[in-house]
Amino acid sequence: MFWNTLLLSLRAIRRNLMRSFLTVLGIVIGVAAVVVMVTLGNGATKSVSDQISSMGSNLLMVMPGQRFGPGSDAAPSFKSADIEAIRSQISSAEWVAPITGKSATTVYQSKNWPTVVSGTTNDYFHAGNWELSAGRMFSDAEERGGKAVCVIGETVRQKLFGRQNPVGSEIRVKEFSCEVVGVLKSKGQSGMGSDQDDSIIMPLRTVQRRLTGTQDVSRFTVSVRKGASIDAATKQLTLLLRERRKIGENEEDDFRVMDTRQITQTLTSTTKILTMLLSAVAAVSLLVGGIGIMNIMLVSVTERTREIGIRLAIGALEREVLLQFLVEAVVLSSMGGVAGIVLATLSSMALAHAMNIPYLFDVKINLLSFLFSAAIGVIFGFFPARRAAGLNPIDALRHE
Amino acid sequence: MSASSLISLSGITKTYGRGHAAFQALKGIDLEIDSGDFLAIMGPSGSGKSTTMNILGCLDTPTSGSYRLKDVQVELLERSQRALLRRHCLGFVFQGFNLLPRTTALENVELPLIYRGEPASSRHEAARAALAQVGLKGWESHTPAELSGGQQQRVAIARAIVTRPEVLLADEPTGNLDTRTSREIMDLIVSLNEELGITVLMVTHEPDIAAYARRVVHFVDGFLDSDERKREIL
Repeated sequence: MFWNTLLLSLRAIRRNLMRSFLTVLGIVIGVAAVVVMVTLGNGATKSVSDQISSMGSNLLMVMPGQRFGPGSDAAPSFKSADIEAIRSQISSAEWVAPITGKSATTVYQSKNWPTVVSGTTNDYFHAGNWELSAGRMFSDAEERGGKAVCVIGETVRQKLFGRQNPVGSEIRVKEFSCEVVGVLKSKGQSGMGSDQDDSIIMPLRTVQRRLTGTQDVSRFTVSVRKGASIDAATKQLTLLLRERRKIGENEEDDFRVMDTRQITQTLTSTTKILTMLLSAVAAVSLLVGGIGIMNIMLVSVTERTREIGIRLAIGALEREVLLQFLVEAVVLSSMGGVAGIVLATLSSMALAHAMNIPYLFDVKINLLSFLFSAAIGVIFGFFPARRAAGLNPIDALRHE
Repeated sequence: MSASSLISLSGITKTYGRGHAAFQALKGIDLEIDSGDFLAIMGPSGSGKSTTMNILGCLDTPTSGSYRLKDVQVELLERSQRALLRRHCLGFVFQGFNLLPRTTALENVELPLIYRGEPASSRHEAARAALAQVGLKGWESHTPAELSGGQQQRVAIARAIVTRPEVLLADEPTGNLDTRTSREIMDLIVSLNEELGITVLMVTHEPDIAAYARRVVHFVDGFLDSDERKREIL
């Protein structure tokens, strides 16, 4: 009996291709929207937390001003002397890396690439868990003398050198040329829209002299010794900086110390909220899809009631008719669900690639939206049929 | 009347609605129909002829009275048992054809066989044979919209006889057709009655059409008014 019912259902689907297509389409769009939104949201969250954990979990980032992000609100920058003071006075600080950055276009032969040049010390590599894939770090003489040498990120290497070995080559940065001494090992793409490998590292003094023209340090990174308390280090650092920056007792800090944990929390909670918002929007589209299906089903109920009357009159049992409608609804909504998931998988893979975030397949949301779509299809496809199948065949035949 | 008759109605009444709004469509019908007969049911609208037809076709149930089809007391049956009786013993032809739209003639004719659980090969064969029998060989893959009214009614007749039913119930089978096509359809029904021995019960209000039957009963006001045998059974 089941095969016969399946045959009848498939014939009914084929007979009403437009209606079937619209039903499936509603579900496809709803399911795909929800799955894509949640998948991308998860990917973004993952990428943000990955990026931060790749910096190391024991880092303190110190920047002038109270505002989060690059730049400052008129608060003075740090001086090299501040860095020396921290090195000598804070015992739990393992590495202290001053950073001063400026964007610049770099040129090698006929190729050029705009990137960010950061002036810092070898401490930067240690604090940020950077490893070299080729070449070496800076020598003491290069750091002290502000020599024109640089270590380049993987992205810069690819853009400027392609397959060539860059170590020993000279690249031009703004008006001066600079020898490549090392290449950083790739850390991959980051979640905040920036590429961690898209940078050039030079000795601090080189950047100060040749690019920024000041003795300022725009921010610095402190790595806390293993086993030492991050909170204690933060407190010591804050006190020292307040003293050195001559901040009165009642005044607020004009700088900000953040640890990576804190940054992780801030960023992941932001992306989570965004994911939830987008998912809510997507859920609405699933609901709208459901309402579309309901419309299509209700519009066709007159014709289908007559059809049910014909089937009953020629000897179909009520439960055979119901089973047929149920199978029809299940086939259509599962087709929609599967197509939606396939569409969502393809488009979230493509979008994840375009947005530089990892693609994570979330079983839960796929299953959930599939079941929801199936439920919509079954409810709206099946219940009008149940009413019609309960009619006397003669009333169903006369239904207007 | 003999106890061996195919169909026996006794004291059938049918009331629609309740209380003051109640309307008694049938007020006690007694009718015996022999196997192989061709019965026309006539009467003005509201006389109860269609109600009787629906009861005879197991599409509706009487309010009281007894209805025996072969040796089954129909008024005692459940809804689903009546459906099975329709599936196995009855075939229907309606005034409005009632074919499934956008479905080929062959698939329309196959439908009752699918519910009977016939395997695909014998189903196709039987449906083709039934279509050939009503003169629609070559029209198997046409949908109702591509067929004339007469052809649609032929498809409906093929669907009704494909299961080799004992009784063919026709409710105004020529009501939507012109005179010439009506004649063709009636000739077809007569030949089914004479050659296959199918008992035919037909509702009509046209004397011309009723003239094809062997026996004509008239309904007036919910009662059986007259019962005449037009032709002798040979």
